[in-house]
Amino acid sequence: MDFLNYAFMQRALLAAVLVGITAPAVGIYLVQRRQALMGDGIGHVAMTGVGLGFLLSWSPVWMATAISVLGAVTMELIRWYGRTRGDIALAMLFYGGMAGGVMFINLAPGGSNANLTSYLFGSLSTVSESDVTAICLLAAFVVVVTLGLRRQLFAVSQDEEFARVTGLPVRALNLLTAITAAVTVTVAMRVVGLLLVSALMVVPVAAAQQLSRSFAATFAIAVAIGVTVTIGGTVTSYYQDVPPGATIVLLTIAAFIALSVLAAPLARRRARALAAAQPAGDPAECAIPATRAAGDEVGV
Amino acid sequence: MDASVTGAKAESVSSESVPESVSSDSVPSDSVISLRGVRAELGSRPVLRGIDLTVRRGEVVALLGANGSGKSTAVRTVIGQVPVSAGEVELFGTPQRRFRDWARIGYVPQRTTAAGGVPATVTEIVSSGRLSRTRFGVFRKADREAVRHALDLVGMADRARDNVDALSGGQHQRVLIARALAAEPELLIMDEPMAGVDLASQEVLAQTLKDQVAADTTVLLVLHELGPLEPLIDRAVVLRDGCVQHDGPPPRALGQHALPGHDHVHPHAPAGAEPIRTGLLS
Repeated sequence: MDFLNYAFMQRALLAAVLVGITAPAVGIYLVQRRQALMGDGIGHVAMTGVGLGFLLSWSPVWMATAISVLGAVTMELIRWYGRTRGDIALAMLFYGGMAGGVMFINLAPGGSNANLTSYLFGSLSTVSESDVTAICLLAAFVVVVTLGLRRQLFAVSQDEEFARVTGLPVRALNLLTAITAAVTVTVAMRVVGLLLVSALMVVPVAAAQQLSRSFAATFAIAVAIGVTVTIGGTVTSYYQDVPPGATIVLLTIAAFIALSVLAAPLARRRARALAAAQPAGDPAECAIPATRAAGDEVGV
Repeated sequence: MDASVTGAKAESVSSESVPESVSSDSVPSDSVISLRGVRAELGSRPVLRGIDLTVRRGEVVALLGANGSGKSTAVRTVIGQVPVSAGEVELFGTPQRRFRDWARIGYVPQRTTAAGGVPATVTEIVSSGRLSRTRFGVFRKADREAVRHALDLVGMADRARDNVDALSGGQHQRVLIARALAAEPELLIMDEPMAGVDLASQEVLAQTLKDQVAADTTVLLVLHELGPLEPLIDRAVVLRDGCVQHDGPPPRALGQHALPGHDHVHPHAPAGAEPIRTGLLS
C-alpha cells in the first residue's frame, strides 16, 4: 500500500473513485432510455472545449464542461424538434466537435495533438490540485441529481409520454439528464479520457443487469462495479506501468464477461425455484376457450 | 384494409351516414372531457377533422374505429400529447392548456411492454404512477400502500418484486393499468388496453375496470373491438377518417360479427377479394 504515500496517487485514486461512482450513476438513465452512446457523443463535443481551453489559456476542464453542457443541450433540442434528420444533425455535432478540438489546439501557441492525447485517453497521474477540486464539485452535483431525483428520472427514462401525463416537468428533467451526462464526461475526462468515457457509463450498467431484477439493485451494483474497476485499474497502472484509462475500461469489460458467465447458472436456478413454487399440472394454459367452441359449431 | 374494417363496423351500426350526436351543442357542467370541433394534423396530414366528444362524470365511453381513423390521436389531444390546430379541449371544465391537476387522470398508453432498457420490478414501474400524488417524489407510507393496492386491483400483487421482463403480454398490460391506478384517478384514459392480451388477463382487466366503474371512475377507452368489456360500456363513439360517425349506444355485433375473431369482409370489395382474416376462425 506504499502508493498511498504519494500525493499524485492520492489525487488519482480520489478522482478515479469519483468517476467510478458518477459514470454508472448517470449511465443507467441513458441505458434506460436507450441512449447508451450519448456519452460518446458528448465526449466528442468536449474536445472542442479542451481545444478552446488551450487556445484561450483557460482551464481545459471547466472549458470542456461548458462546451459539453452546450453540446448535450443541443442534442436534447435536436431530439425534440428534429424528426427524420436528427441522426444527421447529431453526426455533424459529434464530428464538428472533434474537428473543432483538433483545430483549436493546433491554433494554440505551442499546442499540438500531443496535448490532446492526455484528454482523449486520460492522464490520471497528472491530475492536479485544481483538477481535483473541479472533479469533486462536479461529482457532487452528479450524485445529488442522480440520487435525489431518482424517481423522477426513472419515470421519465422509462416512459416519457406517461411521465408527461403525470405532470412531471419532462423537458426540464431531460435537459437535466443531458447536462448531468455532460458534467460526468468532463469528470471522467482526466481519468479514462474522452474516447473511453462512454464505456464506464454503459458497461458497468450492462454488467449489473446480468445479476439484478430491479432498478435499485442495478444502480447499486453498477456503482459498486464502477468503483471497483476504477480503483483496480489505478492501482494496477501504478505497479505495472500500463495506461490507467485503458486498464479501467478493460477491467470493466472483464467484469461484464465474468458476471455474464456467472449469471447463467444463477438464472437457471431461479427458474427451477420458480417452477417448483408453481402448483403442478396447471391446466389453464392449454384449455380451448369456450368461445372458440361456439365459433366452431357455427361452421364458418 | 382500413376502409374494409370500417365498412364492417359501419354495417353493424344501424345508421351509417347520420351521426347520432347525443349532445355536442351544449356542454353539461359535469363533463370530464370535452372536445369541440377539434382538428389535429400529424405532419401535414389531417388526422382529426373537427370532432366533438363529451365524456360525463361516471360514464364509460369507448372510442372505436379502424386503424388510422384517428382514435389514438383523439385521446392524445385530450392529454396534450398532440397539438390541436383548431377547436377546444377541456378537462374537468378547465382548458387543456391550463390543466395542471394531473393526479386526477390515470393514463394507460398504447404499449406492448412496460420494460425499459434497464431491469425494473413491477413495483418500481407502478410507483412512477404515484409520483403525481407526492411532493418532490418523496414516498410516504400511504403512497406505498396505494401502489400495493393498485397491484392488488389487477391481480399482480404476487409478482410485485419480479422483473417486468419475466411477464407475459397480458401481465405487462396489467402493470401499465396498475401504474395508472396508483394515483387513484377520477378519470381513466386507456389506449387499446386489450391489444395483445391473453384471455385470462382480458377477464382480469374487465373485472378491474368493473370495480373502477363501480367506484364512480370515469373511463375513456380506445378499443379495436368491444370484446369482454362490452357490458361495461355506456356509450360508443365511432370515428371514421377523423370524423365522428356514430355517438350513442355501443353498436351491437350481429351475426358473424358476434363471434370473437370473425373475418372482416368488405361489402363493396371486388368479387373474389380475400376477406381480411384477423381472428381465431381464419
